Amino acid sequence: MQLIKNGAFVEDPFVTVGDEDALPEGAAIVSLERWQAERETLRARNTPVGVRLKSGQEPSAIVEDLDKLAVVALEFPAYRNGRAYSYARLLRERHGYKGELRAVGNVLRDQFQFMIRCGFDALEVADNITPEIFAECAGFFTVFYQPAADGRETVLSLRQRLAARVRERATV
Amino acid sequence: MYRYDEFDQQIVNERVAQFRGQVARRLSGELTEDEFKPLRLMNGVYLQLHAYMLRVAIPYGTLSSRQLRMLAHLGRKYDRGYGHFTTRQNLQYNWPALKDMPDLLAELATVEMHAIQTSGNCIRNVTSDQYAGAAKAEIEDPRIISEVIRQWSTFHPEFSFLPRKFKIAVSGTPDDRAAIRVHDIGIQIVQDAKGNVGYEVYVGGGLGRTPMIGKKIGDFVPKEDLLAYLEAVMRVYNMYGRRDNIYKARIKILVHEIGAEEMKRQVEAEFAALKKEGALHLPLEEVARIEAYFRPPAFEELPNESTELNKAVLADSGFANWVKSNIAEHKVPGYAIVNISLKPIGGTPGDCSSDQMDAVADIAEKYSFDELRVTHEQNLTLAHVRKKDLHAVYEALKKHDLATANINLITDQIACPGLDYCALANARSIPIAQRISERFADIARQHEIGELKINNSGCINACGHHHVGHIGILGVDKKGVEYYQVTLGGAADEKTAIGEIVGPAFTEGEIVDAIEKIVNTYLGTRQDGERFIDTYRRVGIEPFKENLYAAH
Repeated sequence: MQLIKNGAFVEDPFVTVGDEDALPEGAAIVSLERWQAERETLRARNTPVGVRLKSGQEPSAIVEDLDKLAVVALEFPAYRNGRAYSYARLLRERHGYKGELRAVGNVLRDQFQFMIRCGFDALEVADNITPEIFAECAGFFTVFYQPAADGRETVLSLRQRLAARVRERATV
Repeated sequence: MYRYDEFDQQIVNERVAQFRGQVARRLSGELTEDEFKPLRLMNGVYLQLHAYMLRVAIPYGTLSSRQLRMLAHLGRKYDRGYGHFTTRQNLQYNWPALKDMPDLLAELATVEMHAIQTSGNCIRNVTSDQYAGAAKAEIEDPRIISEVIRQWSTFHPEFSFLPRKFKIAVSGTPDDRAAIRVHDIGIQIVQDAKGNVGYEVYVGGGLGRTPMIGKKIGDFVPKEDLLAYLEAVMRVYNMYGRRDNIYKARIKILVHEIGAEEMKRQVEAEFAALKKEGALHLPLEEVARIEAYFRPPAFEELPNESTELNKAVLADSGFANWVKSNIAEHKVPGYAIVNISLKPIGGTPGDCSSDQMDAVADIAEKYSFDELRVTHEQNLTLAHVRKKDLHAVYEALKKHDLATANINLITDQIACPGLDYCALANARSIPIAQRISERFADIARQHEIGELKINNSGCINACGHHHVGHIGILGVDKKGVEYYQVTLGGAADEKTAIGEIVGPAFTEGEIVDAIEKIVNTYLGTRQDGERFIDTYRRVGIEPFKENLYAAH
């Protein structure tokens, strides 16, 4: 597994810990169950903490804690299970989450761009993904119809700007 | 007709390039067939029994002559000289080679067409009324909002991996020709007391193995909020639709399990939040930009009666039959809507040769403002023909075996590809449709029977819409033998109903006789002017049952 963060291949500073494992000294990602069971202790730690949500564990379970979470990792149990796309947009657009949003699980190259559009800034990918492949897949499309969490300008907004320019020219 | 601007074109071009790369990875062996499957399925490429099949999107069923000529050309160049129009207003090529598909799609893109989201668990091609812009009592041309939806749903990052496929249909008239109540979302354009246009929204309709009629959850969604409303429905479905069982994954199951009231509550809560966030507000100027492409063509001022037409009807009985069944009333005096049947006697429903496509393109160019429609009943429509030109149109169609006078009659059947092509099918459906067609070939007899819709599916996935046929035929497999189960009383219009099973299934040898018995029961029972479906609704299934099984 490799981690791509904001387009760069980076060392993962976080350790994902099992529910039975002892917490490491450094940054750690825990399950929602553990977060809920040890919430006070985890919130009080000085090292960064993240939570990993399974498909079916909704972001509403952690909205009160978003200010304390350095990472929210959303699981794709299979690439065809697209529930986490909605979770990601809710976290970014409705709950204003600014920390790292990480896609984990069955994260395939042909879905990178959808994930980025929905607000993921970190992707855990297979070892055969190279920077060239990532660049190609993250840039398949350059124009977009829908507003989404990445804030990319939409076709509608491009059209409106174009129309405004035409109007300006007409009045000059 | 809508024309792409630079942005629409850019997206389609980028898709062609992306798919070319994916096909190259498959051909080089880098991807296994299993790994390639999700990629091809996002682009309408299916692996059928004998070959790959490509499904081309025809958004809301509207085509220009230029586009139809391209489809004809592609059929010649990459297929076997024909294409197949489907119940979702799309076109399928049954025999293209995988290595050719990127080139085929690149050619298609030159006429502003694509195969985006014609398969996969995403929002599929939006379908609509083939009489759009021509129908009386139309509140607004449904293609305008359909195009808005096409753009919003294309490569939607959140909704490309839904629990299951998702189909949206739009109707602009109270008469529903788009079968909106058997779609995942059905949109009925309505008008309030002040004349504002808005939308009734139905959710959870569908056919397949669990047929259900859509429930109305939106009474009047304002135009500017429609995308926010649709996004709310999609988000609720994406989050809560079942993913544990492919047969329970459609939105109809979610609506059924939580109830329409609860669905409405959840959608409204999400809708309110999305509206507050504001990003999906649809500016009316954008609607107006699209609307400008669908302005009525330059209709002439004509008397409603055409003496040329009346004379030709008297002189040519074949033409008279065709006028009786294939012509529909137009909103503009002196004009008519022409339906072109793709159901010749004994033919394959929906098949159209490249030569026929070229002929229709020429006729549409000359007589119907250069455009045409595909219907969900697998026929074609010329929306705006002068009545005085009808005979010339008929003659031109006849030369290409396209003047079958059977629209809405017993031989105008819907049929899925069935076991002749499809890997999912349990039984053949095309040959059954062909035999029924041959049995009832006599045109006078067909007109005597009147409106009667027979729909054939080769398996319970119901691509042939058997549940909503006045007579539905479902092919099933019983220990390696094909049997045919018959349902009666289905309808896909504004009085949508799911047909009722009449009794034990019939063998291939029995099915056509059984259909004939059903028809004879109707003829013996009907009262003046009653269509088959009216008689069925009046007397119910019993008389049909008795006559069918009494002799057994």
